[in-house]
Amino acid sequence: MSETVVGKRKPVKYSPILPGTEDWPVVQLSRNRKQFIQEIITESELRVKGITINRNALIDELESTLYTEMLRVKKNPWKVDPEDEYAFWHKIKSNLLNLTNDSQAAAAKTEEKLLKEIISRYTEEIAGNFKPSHYRLARTLVTYGFSRLLNAARIKKFGAFWRNDYTLQDKIHITGEMEHVRELAKKGTVIMVPTHFSNLDSILIGWVIHTLGLPPFIYGAGLNLFNISIFAYFMNSLGAYKVDRRKKNVPYLETLKSYSSMAIRKGCHSLFFPGGTRSRSGSIENKLKLGLLGTAIEAQRMNYEQDGDKAKKVFIVPVVLNYHFVLEAPSLIHEHLAQQGQERYYYENDEYSTSYKIFKFMIQFFTKGSDISVSIGKPMDVLGNPVDKEGNSLDPHNRIIDTKDYFTSNQKVTRNKQREDEYTRMLSHVIVKRYHEINRVFSSHLVAFVAFEIIKKRHPRLDLFNLLRLPEEEQVISYDEFKAKCQLLATEILQRKEKGQIDVASHFYEDLDELIAHGLSNVGMYHSKRPLIRDKKGNITTQDLATLYYYHNRLDGYGFEKFIK
Amino acid sequence: MASKNSSNKPIGVVGSGSFGAAVANLLAQNNEVLMYARRKEVVEDMLQNRVCHGHTLHERITPTNDLKYLAEQCEIIFPVIPSANFREMMKQLSPYLHPYHMLIHGTKGLDTSLAPSGAMESGAKLTREHVKTMSEVIREESVVVRIGCLAGPNLARELADGHPAATVVASHFDEVIHEGQRLLRSDRFQVYGSADLIGIELCGVLKNIIAIASGALSGMDLGENARALLISRGMVEMIYLGRALGGNTQAFIGLAGVGDLVATCSSKLSRNYSVGFRLAKGEKLNDIIGSMDEIAEGVNTVRIMKKLADHYKVRAPITEVLHKVLFEDMTVQEALQYLMKFPLNTDIDFI
Repeated sequence: MSETVVGKRKPVKYSPILPGTEDWPVVQLSRNRKQFIQEIITESELRVKGITINRNALIDELESTLYTEMLRVKKNPWKVDPEDEYAFWHKIKSNLLNLTNDSQAAAAKTEEKLLKEIISRYTEEIAGNFKPSHYRLARTLVTYGFSRLLNAARIKKFGAFWRNDYTLQDKIHITGEMEHVRELAKKGTVIMVPTHFSNLDSILIGWVIHTLGLPPFIYGAGLNLFNISIFAYFMNSLGAYKVDRRKKNVPYLETLKSYSSMAIRKGCHSLFFPGGTRSRSGSIENKLKLGLLGTAIEAQRMNYEQDGDKAKKVFIVPVVLNYHFVLEAPSLIHEHLAQQGQERYYYENDEYSTSYKIFKFMIQFFTKGSDISVSIGKPMDVLGNPVDKEGNSLDPHNRIIDTKDYFTSNQKVTRNKQREDEYTRMLSHVIVKRYHEINRVFSSHLVAFVAFEIIKKRHPRLDLFNLLRLPEEEQVISYDEFKAKCQLLATEILQRKEKGQIDVASHFYEDLDELIAHGLSNVGMYHSKRPLIRDKKGNITTQDLATLYYYHNRLDGYGFEKFIK
Repeated sequence: MASKNSSNKPIGVVGSGSFGAAVANLLAQNNEVLMYARRKEVVEDMLQNRVCHGHTLHERITPTNDLKYLAEQCEIIFPVIPSANFREMMKQLSPYLHPYHMLIHGTKGLDTSLAPSGAMESGAKLTREHVKTMSEVIREESVVVRIGCLAGPNLARELADGHPAATVVASHFDEVIHEGQRLLRSDRFQVYGSADLIGIELCGVLKNIIAIASGALSGMDLGENARALLISRGMVEMIYLGRALGGNTQAFIGLAGVGDLVATCSSKLSRNYSVGFRLAKGEKLNDIIGSMDEIAEGVNTVRIMKKLADHYKVRAPITEVLHKVLFEDMTVQEALQYLMKFPLNTDIDFI
């Protein structure tokens, strides 16, 4: 795998591929927002009607939508919800109730009207409101603010606050196929599909996209993030549209898909977190949500239907984010364990609950040294075939494939939902495979994995939940044993890197003692209870086994367990 | 019945064995068929005599020796050739294939060409990574994704005689199943669909093991109780092995599983059955194979599955003793004794 390490030495400067904001697809979209919204409403209506074959099915769908929405309004209201939620759904309810009194034709009309009202409401909520001026401001804030902090912290001299010796790129290493993605963004529509570990991911990716000189991407951000004003500001400015995970009814999901599909067709580069939500366990996603991913495939087919051989291609770019430290780790892993159904206690501690906490974290992050890496994978077509610089899809023998042929039968591009569902599944398998290949192992992942596996192997009879309740004195590992196991695993990891099955951070080549020291000092470094430390006797131990388990999971799915005997 | 295929493109068949000819004849009832044979003289012979392995060829079948032409003319192709030649054939065909092609194969064997050389003969272990079903070979060697397979009780001779029968077309794609049904269905031939591609492929592959054993029972004249015992225990073994390779239980209790198993275990028309039969009569494996004009896939399947069962620790007594009989000089009588002493406690423990 070719790899350009940005950072350490002089960071590469990428010029914007589209100089004027006027040309950005997302700007064009927001300029014609009204028309765009109308188109989405029309398309969503058609979709819902395609699913609900007859009137009765449509009424069923409306009723179940109403029921779940009323329940949501009552049981689970959020700060971002509009004031008139209750009134709106109440109105829908009385309209639905009156249906029985109407004649057939009148009732059918009312149903359609209600569906349209609901879909319009959803569309308005989902649609982002991109403003180039806000985008520039947010971007400047991020870049400028962060570099001030960074320089003030790294250079301990008077006036360091204003120096520019360090930039964000020293902190955040971008590796992989940057040039390739830039090329393709000029030729087609790029869809980035990153792993998702932290709420910071979207801001981080936003920064990466800007750094690479790409126009802003649109992406679906959880509506819950808009509860927090600092996030809401950034999200709104970075081209986010809103995804509400509470709403699972058909009209909502179809509206969401219409939005994504249509934006892609209009050439807006997009960002999906295909895992759907942050990885609770800390492991790389191995099962992806297929709904939004499917819109990429659908949009590609519709492009071909519309423009034949001249159609714009859609490119999928897997991205893996790596951290030494994930702020939410303790609460994520507790949620994960609770989901597994074995822990009875209810644990809630949202680290992102206030803007203040986030700000505090930012300061910590930039003033202490914890690096982040962003690995950009090889771009692919919507079937997972690699593409060259011109955007041609290639087969394993480097013969050019016409992607249109995947959607063709009897020499015509045809619609076939089941076929596209299957393609989506195939694509998701390829993405997961690429994730594992471009994942860059950090020292902290290595030490966390080895330490947890040693403790686990000592107690083969305990299940995970009992293991996590081990008394402290059983959680101590002698340094020599620890080092020997780290050696075994590190060797294996480097061998697999040679085969292109995994990647490692540049610090991975250091001497083993230093690598371990680096890992220990970095793994979950800002948690109040550290997942891994050396005690006074020099032994390895943990202050929080569950969080250690979280960081350990990062190397899950590679079959590394058998190297810790 | 007139073809509904709007483009009226011919349907391709790759392979000129007896099952290939039977499939081509079924297809020719509704469509033009291009039938590929690797050897020129076979094509010449088919052109002149209109006969292939005793099957009279339908008038709508055109033999050809040109894979490129076949791929250009046909969107739907049925590869029906021995598993040992399958990957090589795919390599030759692959440059002419496009993602719009559909491939529905009828090969009932496994591919081990990715295994380290000599692994099959030596004691080296074999894993799933090295053993591929034909649909996996198609995926690896070409850009074709719309892939299906044919499996079921389809003894070629009976099909040719026009006896009623049915088959299963399995694919992850509904459109492939629909095409298979549209192309093959007739008054005398029923076509079922399944989404478990790997499971259905494995049904066809694994039943050949049991067919050899069944032939051996007949060779020893042991009667129908013994065969019923073999078929039901054989089915359990197929399910264990099949699941270890990624199939679902359901496939094995359907037409392609138990249906095909019963047909192959009871019919002298089956090649694998005759291997077992002749072994029981005292012939040597090499002589049997040498005298057959077509390949009995089961022999190689026993070899592969024995290694896989060892590696994945799957209980497969029938496969194990067959391996001893075929390759380790155990006699059929000894094998039978061994099996009857095998400690089994539960009848069914997988549903």
